[in-house]
Amino acid sequence: MDPSETRSPTVTQRDQWMVESQVFRIYELLGSVPRRAQSVMLELQRDNHIEFLTNGLRQLGPSFCVLDANRPWLCYWILHSIALLGDSVDAELENNTIDFLSRCQDPNGGYAGGPGQMPHLATTYAAINSLITLGGHGSLSSINRGKVYAFLRQMKDPSGAFRMHDGGEMDVRACYTAISVASVLNILDDDLVKDVGNYILSCQTYEGGFSGEPGSEAHGGYTFCGLATMVLIGEVNRLDLTSLIDWMVFRQGVECGFQGRTNKLVDGCYSFWQGGVFALIQKLHSIIDEKLMLSDAGGSARQSPQTASTSSHSGQRGSAKFSNIGFNFLKEPAEMEPLFHSTALQQYIILCSQLQEGGFRDKPGKHRDYYHTCYCLSGLSVAQYSYSKDADSPPLPKAVFGPYSNLLEPIHPLYNVILDRYHEAHKFFSTS
Amino acid sequence: MERNEEDEKIPISQRPEWSDVTPIPQDDGPNPVVPIAYKDDFTETMDYFRAVYFADERSPRSLHLTAEAIHKNAGNYTVWHFRRLILEALNADLHEELDFIEQVGSGNPKNYQIWHHRRWVAEKLGTDATSKELKFTEKILSLDAKNYHAWSHRQWVLQALGGWEDELDYCKQLLEEDVFNNSAWNQRYFVVTRSPFLGGLEAMRESEVKYTVEAITANPENESPWRYLRGLYKDDTQSWVNDPQVSSLCLKVLIAKENRKSVFALSTLLDLLCHGFEPSQEFIDAVDALKTPDLDLSDSNLATTICLILGRIDPLRENYWTWRKSKLPT
Repeated sequence: MDPSETRSPTVTQRDQWMVESQVFRIYELLGSVPRRAQSVMLELQRDNHIEFLTNGLRQLGPSFCVLDANRPWLCYWILHSIALLGDSVDAELENNTIDFLSRCQDPNGGYAGGPGQMPHLATTYAAINSLITLGGHGSLSSINRGKVYAFLRQMKDPSGAFRMHDGGEMDVRACYTAISVASVLNILDDDLVKDVGNYILSCQTYEGGFSGEPGSEAHGGYTFCGLATMVLIGEVNRLDLTSLIDWMVFRQGVECGFQGRTNKLVDGCYSFWQGGVFALIQKLHSIIDEKLMLSDAGGSARQSPQTASTSSHSGQRGSAKFSNIGFNFLKEPAEMEPLFHSTALQQYIILCSQLQEGGFRDKPGKHRDYYHTCYCLSGLSVAQYSYSKDADSPPLPKAVFGPYSNLLEPIHPLYNVILDRYHEAHKFFSTS
Repeated sequence: MERNEEDEKIPISQRPEWSDVTPIPQDDGPNPVVPIAYKDDFTETMDYFRAVYFADERSPRSLHLTAEAIHKNAGNYTVWHFRRLILEALNADLHEELDFIEQVGSGNPKNYQIWHHRRWVAEKLGTDATSKELKFTEKILSLDAKNYHAWSHRQWVLQALGGWEDELDYCKQLLEEDVFNNSAWNQRYFVVTRSPFLGGLEAMRESEVKYTVEAITANPENESPWRYLRGLYKDDTQSWVNDPQVSSLCLKVLIAKENRKSVFALSTLLDLLCHGFEPSQEFIDAVDALKTPDLDLSDSNLATTICLILGRIDPLRENYWTWRKSKLPT
């Protein structure tokens, strides 16, 4: 008998086996029920999701007071989910949202968690992504870009990183929210970018993933933030991409979904945080190939910057060097097959995270919430489009788990907004 | 500052010490979205908070009010920020503040604002707080040995305030309790590479390799020590390739012929080969013994064979192993 099996299981092992048994029970159920019940299990419950989401936009119960400083997030989680499902909100709700977010906008720049609160990078990211998701002139013009820029400059730390709010915490998440916003609003410049790359580089751990702060554990959420930021500032070639990929692929486990850290439990939200990283990696194949060639030859990585893009757009306020990175990124063909198991991920999302009555959850046994609904759907979209070479051709039926009607709208993986809405915003902020 | 729950139940409008203040309602507008059905006491607390916050009143009663607001929503970063301004203005006892944070944090171990506030207080107290902070994070980790915030805070304490002496032992203890705890392995790496008492990665490498090899041998399916082992040779790949302990460990695991426990051994061997490791016949035989009958290995070198085997025994990562095969050095 294996000596390791005579010791009693550790906390990690016990927790893992509990989740596995719940998940496998669901998969076995799929195999054993009659055809009609199978169809129900495999189908995306669009109507119920839309109802759950729209209800939340209209009214939330008293228990939501713990999210009273996160209301733009609630807007984004809900609106983005509705848009992923190919639906939209009525004009009244749209106008109410624009008005509400305007009241969250601080006169000195940035958006707060609610009216009268201090501006915060995360809620700024959520508010702006919400407004981009709504689209239209009224929504986009409500953003005071000059003031947002001033706020971002104030949040910049000498180390290169950003603080979440005045006197707030500094981490990779703050860097991503700041850079993402600056990029999508076309106000990204050298002052904002200075030393961000160095900070993020210092957050790539010995495991290959990225931590929130230098020294902490490699974590899926921070890994997405770290990689996306490096792409947006044109410094992704500085990372150890092969080590990142090797850590990433092992984050998908027997449950078929993703875990956030080594030896931790699967969670539906990592469908996007980890899945989204794969979507980014697919478009970085030329840089990865270059690195593989260098490491075989025993050479060290060159510090050459990503190909700088030139812009002839008038009225843009950001530096030409950065202004089209997000846009040009989409044009990179996905030359590699997805390195994760796309069907398995979709299977986890639909069978284990989806609730029949609407909404998505972390894992069986947990309650649904808007955050998980947003990121499970975002991850589902990423997985469905993972075999598409370019954004214009719709996925083949075999790429979609369940009926083809499960197909969601595609996203821009750097910002996590619907692709069409991104294009509208890009045009708007390039020419205004 | 003890929390007096009875006091907090009296409406603020009925408390004499607040009679001069006009509460300010939230500017949600006529038709807000994501409106929260606040309970009356929540609304009242926040209305009075807005009054003192907008007036920038940094007084004892304001401090008390921030505590009430925090009890109702520990995620309100504006309230925490203002509390810090008040604490500074009043030159408050920060040791008491640590007690307050602990009391608030007991139900909210994963709240960013609480941990950030704790870090701010500890920074102000300096080395006076070192042992208290190490004990506090230890307490939190005893309830959840992987709490991300607790580990970040602990690392910050070590770097800013010190206390490294017993940290390697602490990691050892946690790993004895749960060798699968990746946070403890990560902390071990942190200590080994940064502790001023240990001499750095290269000096520690030999003993750490021995420790890690033992851990892998006991549980070859445990990903954490495999990654840790690779990490011990960060920035020195040649030493990693040339260290016989690494390759012989792979061999030992492979010879045991347990497929589900061989993935990391095969993957490590693959990486070694990609960096110039020259396998002896033993390795070729051990890998050969793992091949499945359906595989066509006629034209394969060892690295290719490993990729094909991994594609079979680790099907979730089939695309990855196919990609690795396509990128093998020629």
